[in-house]
Amino acid sequence: MKKLLPAALLLVALTAQADSYSLPKHAAFEEECSSCHMAYPPQMLHADSWRAMMGDLSHHFGSDASIDDKRRVAITNFLLANAGGRKTGDTRDAQGKPLLRITQTARFDKKHREVPAATWQRASIKSPANCGACHTRAAAGEYSERWVQIPK
Amino acid sequence: MRHLLIIAATLFAATASAETPRDFLTRFEKEAGTAASAQRGARFFTSKQGGEWSCSSCHTDKPTQAGRHAKTDKAITPLAPAANAERFTDAAKVDKWFRRNCNDTLNRVCRAQEKADVMAWLLSLR
Repeated sequence: MKKLLPAALLLVALTAQADSYSLPKHAAFEEECSSCHMAYPPQMLHADSWRAMMGDLSHHFGSDASIDDKRRVAITNFLLANAGGRKTGDTRDAQGKPLLRITQTARFDKKHREVPAATWQRASIKSPANCGACHTRAAAGEYSERWVQIPK
Repeated sequence: MRHLLIIAATLFAATASAETPRDFLTRFEKEAGTAASAQRGARFFTSKQGGEWSCSSCHTDKPTQAGRHAKTDKAITPLAPAANAERFTDAAKVDKWFRRNCNDTLNRVCRAQEKADVMAWLLSLR
C-alpha cells in the first residue's frame, strides 16, 4: 500500500500533465487567431488539418477570416511546426479527410463524453468551441479537470 | 541633402502608418464622390443587409459599448472612436475588417459610400 500511493500520485500527476498544453509564442498567430475566438493550442490538431484550414480562410466556419498572404504563410508554418503528436489522437473523419473542428476530434469526444447535450446549449457556454466557459485556465493552456467549473 | 531626404522619407513613413478615424471618412467620401450621411450609416449598421447578421449583431446598436461575437461570444471592444482610441488608426486593419465583415453581413464587399456613411455615424457617437 505504501508503495502504491506514490505510484498513484505519479499517475494522477501524469494525467493532469496530459491535459495541459505548452503555448508556443507567435505574435501574428496570437493577434490574428484570437480576434474572434481564443487562439486554440496548435497541438490540438495535426498538420494536415491546419494546412486545410489555413488554405481557405475566406470560408472559415461560415465567416470570412481572410488575412494577407505574408501573415497566412507565417502562421501556417508556425502551426505546422507545433501541430499535434501522439496524444492528439485521430483528427480525421470517417472518410479519412482531416477534420477542421477540434470539437469533432476523437480526443475531444472522449474527454467530454459525460457532458450532457443540454449543457452545451446554456447561454453561459454557447458553443463547445468556447473552451474558456468551463476550462477556467484555458487561456494558459490548462485543461485539466481540476480547473473545470461548468457555469449554470 | 541626402540626409534630409532620408529624414523626410522616415517621417512620411511614420505618419503614413498612423491614421486618424477622420482620415478614413475623408478617404471613403473621396472614393464615393459624394458626402457621407451619418443617418444612413446608422440605418445600414443596425439592420440586416442580406446576410444572417447585421453589424450590430456583434458590435451592438450602440457601438460606444463593448459587444460580443454573435457566434463565439468573445468580447469585442467598442467600435466608436469616442469610446476606443485604438479604432480606425491603422489602414491595413480597417481594410481587413471591412473586407471580412462586409462579406459576412452582405455577402459582398462594401461600397465606398456605405463605408463613408458608417464612418460618419461612428464619428458622430459620443
